[in-house]
Amino acid sequence: MHHDIIMAGFGGQGILMIGNLLAVGALRRGYRVTFFPAYGVEMRGGTANCTVTISDREIGSPVTARPLGLVAMNEPSVVKFGPRVRAGGVVVVNASIVPEGVLDREDVRVVRVPCNDVAADLGDPRLASMVALGAYVAASGVLPVDAVAEVLPEVLPEKVHRLIPLNQKALEAGADRAGA
Amino acid sequence: MSESKVTFEKGNVALAKAAVAAGCRYYFGYPITPQSDIPEYLSGVLPRIGGQFVQAESEVASINMLLGAGATGKRAMTSSSSPGISLKQEGISYMAGSEIPAVIVNVQRSGPGLGGIAPSQGDYFQATRGGGHGDYRVIVLAPASVQEMYDLTVLAFELADAYRTPVMVLADAMIGMMKEPLEEWVPQNPEPAKDDWAATGAAGRPGRRIKSLYLGDGELAEHNWKLAQKYERIRREETRVQIELPEGCELAVVAFGSAARIAKSAVDRLNDEGRRVGYVRPITLWPFPEEAIRRVAEQGVPLLTVELNTGQMVEDVRLAVEGRAPVHFAGYPPGYLPSPDDIYDEIVRRLPAGKEAA
Repeated sequence: MHHDIIMAGFGGQGILMIGNLLAVGALRRGYRVTFFPAYGVEMRGGTANCTVTISDREIGSPVTARPLGLVAMNEPSVVKFGPRVRAGGVVVVNASIVPEGVLDREDVRVVRVPCNDVAADLGDPRLASMVALGAYVAASGVLPVDAVAEVLPEVLPEKVHRLIPLNQKALEAGADRAGA
Repeated sequence: MSESKVTFEKGNVALAKAAVAAGCRYYFGYPITPQSDIPEYLSGVLPRIGGQFVQAESEVASINMLLGAGATGKRAMTSSSSPGISLKQEGISYMAGSEIPAVIVNVQRSGPGLGGIAPSQGDYFQATRGGGHGDYRVIVLAPASVQEMYDLTVLAFELADAYRTPVMVLADAMIGMMKEPLEEWVPQNPEPAKDDWAATGAAGRPGRRIKSLYLGDGELAEHNWKLAQKYERIRREETRVQIELPEGCELAVVAFGSAARIAKSAVDRLNDEGRRVGYVRPITLWPFPEEAIRRVAEQGVPLLTVELNTGQMVEDVRLAVEGRAPVHFAGYPPGYLPSPDDIYDEIVRRLPAGKEAA
């Protein structure tokens, strides 16, 4: 298996957090992993993206021009990275703020999930990226959703551990949306 | 090795953890992107384990604090990124001249000048040619993974002590910022005694001077020859390189650090496709693995040097090869981080024609 994903959105949307979660989830299931962040000098409101690579053999490059998957939390991310996804890949789009028709591709599976709305229904808009991650994991089958949920205590800072059950719900809600 | 729990760590943090594991208790630095995770981590840890963390008023101050700490024989470190490393060169020259062991970390960003914060390998010349004034060398270690950020930093402290010389760890924004699994280990080599030279207080013995100023007739020439002999010993004994050369190798890629990681994906893909492409990764940039590269060239294997700059290490490759084989170059100045596809294409267009894989 060799699976690389770009996750992208605004700074502050939790992009690097879900990248870490996916990477650590894969690590604990015995895979080789790399995580490469890229962000501008801005913080909140700027752009953020990261590349996660999961493989069953030694990983060379932590960066890729043509990922197998994409999680795009805003429109600029769909425009920038959508065309680069390899045929047969999965693209999760945050339908709450990205209009339809931004990515016109037949050869990838586009999964539109209204991440902001699902998160708001769960009671915390900050869960949007967690919803997207759940959707991506379920749609791509790269890992069981459990593999990600299990490492929440390891990846989330201790001060937010009381929110682990809620994060878990967000992952599951995303996974449900992807299957629908 | 003990306690083999694997964590998922940033390269910069792995390096900082290695410094602590190697017995470094003194850090002096000044913040600069993309290496500030190192002082951030050490500022939390060193004061709690009996060490000292100093955020100095400048890079110049911090390198001279490092000189002072190193002169007492204590394991000490500074870290910075390209523009900050330029400021430290005077101190590094003084340490080389005074034979003071210390570790200097350069998590390269891009230049010249303030440049930018993107990954680059533009400081190869500065690192491998000494960097400051005078006829000296610095051992330069080039990690290509988070694990190597740890392993080579431990080695840096050991080499600094073994040869009483400054050692540089030359990483970049990619290796420093990326995360990978890390297995921490406890160094077993004991720190050598330094009471025969270090400035440890002169009670009960004659005072010592640790200096780089030699004004007596012939003294400085003698000192320079002594340093030269030391560098020769380092060349002989401390050159490190990773070489993967398939049978019937058609071309070998030479790259270090982050460029080597990106190139590795291209090399693996070509070999999966039935081509025979070699991989040569210098781990020490000085001393440069010229013997190993010469041996590859002697088999008639063309070389492709890949760097995140417009051509620096390729000069050392050409010096090693001395015309025995073609030496090609693919360079990527800062602002564009190449993908494995880019390097794949560069390799393919240099592969011998008419031997396409089945």
